[in-house]
Amino acid sequence: MTVDTAPKPNWFSRLAHPGQFLVWTRPLLVPLAIATALCFAVGLWFAFFNSPDDYQMGDMVRVMYIHVPNAWLSQLVYGVMTAAALGTLIWRHPLADVANKAAAPLGAVFTAMALYTGSLWGRPTWGTFWEWDGRMTSTLVLLLIYLGIVALWRAFDDQLKAGRIIAIVTLVGAINIPVIKFSVDWWNTLHQPASVFTAQGPHMPASMLTALLVMTLAFTLLFALLHIIRIRTEILRRRAQSLSRQAALSGGNA
Amino acid sequence: MSAFRALILRDLRLSFRAGGEALTLVLFFVMVGVIVPFAIGPDRPQLMRLAPGIVWIAAFLSMLLGLDRLFRTDDDDGSLTLMRHSVLSLEAVVAAKLIAHWLVTAIPLIIATPILALLLSMRADQWGLTVLALACGTPALTAFGGIGAAVTVGLRRGGLIAPVLILPLVIPVMIFGVGSTDSLVGGSAVLLLFAFSLVACVVAPFAAALALRAAGE
Repeated sequence: MTVDTAPKPNWFSRLAHPGQFLVWTRPLLVPLAIATALCFAVGLWFAFFNSPDDYQMGDMVRVMYIHVPNAWLSQLVYGVMTAAALGTLIWRHPLADVANKAAAPLGAVFTAMALYTGSLWGRPTWGTFWEWDGRMTSTLVLLLIYLGIVALWRAFDDQLKAGRIIAIVTLVGAINIPVIKFSVDWWNTLHQPASVFTAQGPHMPASMLTALLVMTLAFTLLFALLHIIRIRTEILRRRAQSLSRQAALSGGNA
Repeated sequence: MSAFRALILRDLRLSFRAGGEALTLVLFFVMVGVIVPFAIGPDRPQLMRLAPGIVWIAAFLSMLLGLDRLFRTDDDDGSLTLMRHSVLSLEAVVAAKLIAHWLVTAIPLIIATPILALLLSMRADQWGLTVLALACGTPALTAFGGIGAAVTVGLRRGGLIAPVLILPLVIPVMIFGVGSTDSLVGGSAVLLLFAFSLVACVVAPFAAALALRAAGE
């Protein structure tokens, strides 16, 4: 499609047209990166210097400022992927499958980070790296689902076909995740957990809450930044692939 | 409806005539159960305690093993393309194939459970509950397996992808399946298992048909 025949861009086509997307996200990248870095700086400063020690856990409570944002993102990213899957299946939105593909490894990494920091936190406080606790187990299953989707993306040659098929898998997973969560909780109460899970609830001083919120914002911005960069990279990669295919075709004809 | 029945009968006939694959699956199922005592020792009380879990692991593995040929052979010889244009909707075709696949893979396993029950020194009531749970839970395994098989039908080198994709999604079946032999919550576990199976059986034909359409585009 040339520029002359293109319809006047509304918000949907600005989101949907790969070229348009490249144009309007280009000036976003640097400010977004700066905002992310600033949030991290402020959040880490709060986390390290301006929040109190926990009366039981001492300095270990600072793992929370990394752990909770990662755990939050592990679920947010699946939500983004589900929205993208709906976009692919309902509107055949050309960028939705790219968004799904770009988000899957990010979600896997955030989930793995949540598990990793969680086990680092658990070792000194509960005395074990791993406990078959309901929340940890369902996060682990979520990681396995992410990895399955990443593996499926890698298995397909035809990325356009892959987009629709993986959208179906993503939706089936989205329906199933609450059921898995429920079943794991059910299973966990059946076998009384060995460790004492102290429910802390929202009872925390304001300075801790500030640090936590800023760090959550920082990680969410980081996800947004990385997601946009990955979408752009994928668009450019597909463009390069089609260009090299065209070049090979014309080379064969000449 | 007659086309639906004809399709089920065709799949049943194919799987019985193609060299007894149902029998091989039963053999695998029993072998997994046989190999466990070698791994954990022949201690009878311990085996009795673990028996329902072992039977479920064996059932999981054998159901996932037979999953790949659900649509693959029909895609290879072109019958799937024919079915897409038949009088039946693709969803009905998928449902018929899933029913046939369940009859061929799950029923033999359930029939073979007495062998495992004997070898793993299960109690009779434990065995009865396990059979009930297998009957309630295997439809969900077949349904999700059908989605996995439909999703990977276009892949030439994706034999391992479908089980990897499906296993985390069917964890509830394992949890409620093993839980149904628990004396305290067994009843509610069977009900939850059956509910999960019913929902899965409703969703699977549509999801799998959607994936087959996308793969055939």
